[in-house]
Amino acid sequence: MDETVIIKYNAGNVFSVVCALQRIGVEAVVTDDVERIRRARRVIFPGVGEASSAMAYLREHRLDAVIKSLQCPVLGICIGMQLLCSHSQEGDTECLGIFDVPVLRFDNSACPDMKIPQMGWNTISLPQGSFIPRECDGRYVYYVHSYYAPLCDHTAAVTDYITPYSAALQKDNFHATQFHPEKSGDMGEIILKKFIEL
Amino acid sequence: MLAKRIIPCLDVKDGMTVKGVNFVNLRSAGDPVELGRRYSEEGADELVYLDITASVEGRKTFIGLVRRVAETVSIPFTVGGGIGSVADVDTLLGNGADKVSVNSAAIRRPELIDEIAGRFGNQVCVVAIDARFTAGQWVCYLKGGRERTDRTLLEWAHEAQERGAGEILFTSMDHDGTRNGYACDALAELHNRLQIPVIASGGCGSMGHIADAFTIGKADAALAASVFHFGEIRIPALKQYLGACGLPVRI
Repeated sequence: MDETVIIKYNAGNVFSVVCALQRIGVEAVVTDDVERIRRARRVIFPGVGEASSAMAYLREHRLDAVIKSLQCPVLGICIGMQLLCSHSQEGDTECLGIFDVPVLRFDNSACPDMKIPQMGWNTISLPQGSFIPRECDGRYVYYVHSYYAPLCDHTAAVTDYITPYSAALQKDNFHATQFHPEKSGDMGEIILKKFIEL
Repeated sequence: MLAKRIIPCLDVKDGMTVKGVNFVNLRSAGDPVELGRRYSEEGADELVYLDITASVEGRKTFIGLVRRVAETVSIPFTVGGGIGSVADVDTLLGNGADKVSVNSAAIRRPELIDEIAGRFGNQVCVVAIDARFTAGQWVCYLKGGRERTDRTLLEWAHEAQERGAGEILFTSMDHDGTRNGYACDALAELHNRLQIPVIASGGCGSMGHIADAFTIGKADAALAASVFHFGEIRIPALKQYLGACGLPVRI
């Protein structure tokens, strides 16, 4: 099976991810079918929404155990990335724990001009060994978020907003971006293509 | 650093782009999907599509258009015009829109903002406000400026934020169509009063006006229509100009 699966759950609509993949010639399957996710060649775990209700839905549909057990390349996006971390301050939520880092809310008390959520385009800088292609180093990607993962051993890209934080994470077969590659123009396309080639 | 956003706005009637000059005479400016693709390729940071069709048939055409935009364009886009319920929002987001812009319906029934934000998240809900400077204060108007309300810009914008708006799109009716620049003083007041991003709209005639909206008006984003549609401002040149002014822009 050479199937690209997008996990269907209650965190936002996945149509823009489907469209972005189509633009690079990939027909993805959107499903919450546990067996189909298990057999996938690669899995995308997207998300827009709220952490605690998303996590509750995953548990209820037994998707949490499936995601943790995946051996194929996985790409978490936005809330999908946050749910792959250990814990989220949003709703005091225990998450999947792939990445050993907590998710915190931005604190702008020292800089009230920095608005929350961060909405718009910001740059990424890439450490050595990042899964994100070098040509994206220093370039802009699109963000909408109020919570972030701090810098840690898994950091695969860094953005500075209020504080430097993890714009992307990677560990073994798990990859994740806080930004939205499906909405990040040419840079997003390069990153999605790279993931498809993993 | 978070970039200042440039947002071309496409008014759509019966599937075609139009732009009102002072909201009256409509001149055609092409196919909305192709135009959106061109702006995206040229470096626009977001797009706004406003449905100015009143009919049910036009509404269906618009939803099909939203889907084609989502398939074609790889940057975020907001849709607006005639949105009055959570069901409307659900349909538009389901067809690929990233955000929705609500205007008249939200002033008439402010709970609509709570409902949209509660169901889909604050980031989805852009509250558009049309206002005119009248007797010493900014007064909100409905129906593209034809109906006056008893709400003032600052108090309504603040209430919208408290109810869950993710952004405020402020159009000065006094400036719209004049090409004499944005309402920078009102924009700066909004910036000081609000915690959420403000999009400047109405009055753009030159690249300098956009720089002013960011520096004097402290806006997070600038929206314009005809200057882009008719090629009077090209986005690559605009980005170069703003960068040279020391503003953070995505190039």
